[in-house]
Amino acid sequence: MKTKSNITTREYLQQLTIGFETGKMPQAEDLKTVQNKTIIYIGAGTCGLGAGAGKTKTAIIKYLTDKKVDADIIEVGCIGLCTAEPIVDVQIPEKSRISFSNVTADKVDTLLDAVFAGITDGFKTLGQFENKENKPWNNVPRISDHPFFIKQKRIVLQNCGIINPVSIEEYIARGGYQGLIQVLKKFSSDEVITTIEKSGLRGRGGGGFPTGLKWRLAYKTQSDQKYMICNADEGDPGAFMDRAVIEGDPHRLLEGLAIGSYAIGASVAYIYIRAEYPLAIERLKIAISQAEEYGLLGHGILGTGFDLKIKIKMGAGAFVCGEETALMHSIEGYRGMPSPRPPFPAEKGLFGKPSVINNVETYANVPDIIQKGWEWFSSVGTEKSKGTKVFALSGNVKNTGLVEIPMGTTVRQIIFEIAGGIRNNKKFKSVQIGGPSGGCITEENLDIQVDYQNLIAVGAMMGSGGLVVMDEDTCMVDIAKFFMDFIQRESCGKCIPCREGTKRMLETLQSITSKPKPNDNRDALERFQGVVQLEKLAKVIKETSLCGLGQTAPNPVLSTLRYFRHEYEAHVFERVCPAGKCTDLRKFRILTDKCTGCTVCSKKCPTSAIIGTRKAPHFIQEDKCIGCGACHEACKFEAIEMI
Amino acid sequence: MKTKIDEILTNYDNGGRDTLIPLLQEIQEKEGFLSEEAIVKTGKKLKIPTSKIYGVATFYNQFRFEPVGKYHIMVCRGTACHVLGSATVLQELESQLKIKAGQTTRDGLFSIEVVACIGACGLAPVLNINGEFHANVTAESIKNIIDTYRAKEQ
Repeated sequence: MKTKSNITTREYLQQLTIGFETGKMPQAEDLKTVQNKTIIYIGAGTCGLGAGAGKTKTAIIKYLTDKKVDADIIEVGCIGLCTAEPIVDVQIPEKSRISFSNVTADKVDTLLDAVFAGITDGFKTLGQFENKENKPWNNVPRISDHPFFIKQKRIVLQNCGIINPVSIEEYIARGGYQGLIQVLKKFSSDEVITTIEKSGLRGRGGGGFPTGLKWRLAYKTQSDQKYMICNADEGDPGAFMDRAVIEGDPHRLLEGLAIGSYAIGASVAYIYIRAEYPLAIERLKIAISQAEEYGLLGHGILGTGFDLKIKIKMGAGAFVCGEETALMHSIEGYRGMPSPRPPFPAEKGLFGKPSVINNVETYANVPDIIQKGWEWFSSVGTEKSKGTKVFALSGNVKNTGLVEIPMGTTVRQIIFEIAGGIRNNKKFKSVQIGGPSGGCITEENLDIQVDYQNLIAVGAMMGSGGLVVMDEDTCMVDIAKFFMDFIQRESCGKCIPCREGTKRMLETLQSITSKPKPNDNRDALERFQGVVQLEKLAKVIKETSLCGLGQTAPNPVLSTLRYFRHEYEAHVFERVCPAGKCTDLRKFRILTDKCTGCTVCSKKCPTSAIIGTRKAPHFIQEDKCIGCGACHEACKFEAIEMI
Repeated sequence: MKTKIDEILTNYDNGGRDTLIPLLQEIQEKEGFLSEEAIVKTGKKLKIPTSKIYGVATFYNQFRFEPVGKYHIMVCRGTACHVLGSATVLQELESQLKIKAGQTTRDGLFSIEVVACIGACGLAPVLNINGEFHANVTAESIKNIIDTYRAKEQ
């Protein structure tokens, strides 16, 4: 049971609304409820559920009913450290909230037994949350001191994994919707836009266009109807921050969207979200209906003349719809193909009306900028790039997950301090940043400070913030081929250079990684010609495509060519893959002195390329071998080596 | 006789062009795929030529024109999954089920779909079977996963 707080959320909102006029502000502190019941929080974002949070929850419910413990279970979003999932937090009355990592269903009973007895030794903890009123746990570090969190500065992700995402009351108790109310009561549209302009906030979706300027353009255009659009069609493979924000703190997005709509004078806002994110869509729907119930969205918000209807549109899986004009065509019910600009969406956008499109992370920054002021926001970051950026860390690093760092942090700090370095003691090779439109960063550039300009200078880009770390076993030609394959499939087909050019680039990459045909001179000639063409073709595609997808399509190839030309050369001339990833270029040999003739390899071989009699050394027939490496993995005597 | 599709269409009276994609999404959600009947009827309802609807539906990856298996396996081929070996996982899955991506097994139990990114990159490589996630999948663990679903059927 929660004991009643001093005021209800509704009363608090009313006092807040009046407060901006009279100057007498209520304290969010008054909303705090005193807990006299244990609460168990389970990280149940998509990543948590993938790691088994569902089973953990069932086990906890069973434990609580079996032992007749009175406790509440709350599903929270993702705190960001995917490798530690499933994460379970326990808050016993008057004790600090403590966070445990990797709590799989089988560990639940012993863990809860110990925690209720006051013991935490022997369990993996992330740390405890600081709170003055509660008694801290002994020998448990603070969660903010955890190496994964200590370098972070959380604005966008501040509530993710901590609050109940489907409780508007919790969001309000942490200062939520204060920005919106402040804007409605105190600011004119012009003042809101000026604040955003001064803060230096730039679009977090890829291009980095100044947000305030975009809003001002739409604000200046006269029209009977304007639209505010949120791009949550996170198509970049390797980025998942938008999903995490919506799953973990949907009200933050709604508040940002509402402030933006007020600024430009839009009465309808769309959230264009991927259909692949069912959990995020569900939480967003709940959040919208809650906000409408409290009168924070809908008709005549808080007694002012401002109306806002937020509609959810599900994307249907097209990467090109991240492009703003394509996205608008998709909302209108057409094929998601971009159209030439001008006219810019700020003048003539969705349904021919002035529209503004921003990304989820951009909107999520807005409430805090309004509340804490532009001076506060612009004090974070570098000279030209203000604030923080969320990165999705994945690939061969120890701590995968979401991190939010101030602009200006070095790439080395992100990978080796926050992410804990490379997995399995391998060597770092490269990091792909910015998804299919971005590029890679190598060892020599690891010390650059992350901001928009620096990344472009080394041939990468901010993009939506996917960071895929690769170790020494990764083949860069294979990575370039992977991205070209993706881009070539996702090209909408409008511009010929992009549609045909990316396909030809992919074919060239396929030919240099395909099985050598020793006596085919024509094949060799075509391969050489193709490679010579690669850079020329890349230039044409970049210069003649209409939208961002085409203009950046050759980037993965150009950037790998820039730093790993020797790997391309090894593939083309020597016909070997230095990393041993391209199966067609791999060859295997059986060491006759080590082979015991156990026949395991010949049974494993999918093409029956291995011959030999029992208890005698075996041989691989080269013409039949496809280089899959199944024999290499199966051999217990290390008798098969890769050459 | 009123079919399921007719029922769905009644919710879209006075619908304009912008209701086309949500409508197709709803049909696919309830029917599992877009049949010829569904496309023709949608065209009549929204007064859009069938060819145009087909043009929109084929543009987006989400829409299917054939029914899927009882267990629909989505294999994530995002960057993080690729770096950690999703190509081998897909290959193994195809050889286990003896179908290619985009196909359904003869008994109608399994179908494979390759998706760009599910957004669970921290747990790569990832599979999603009927909404349930399987994290850190390897070529070896595929067989166990498939077997647990097969066992449910017996």
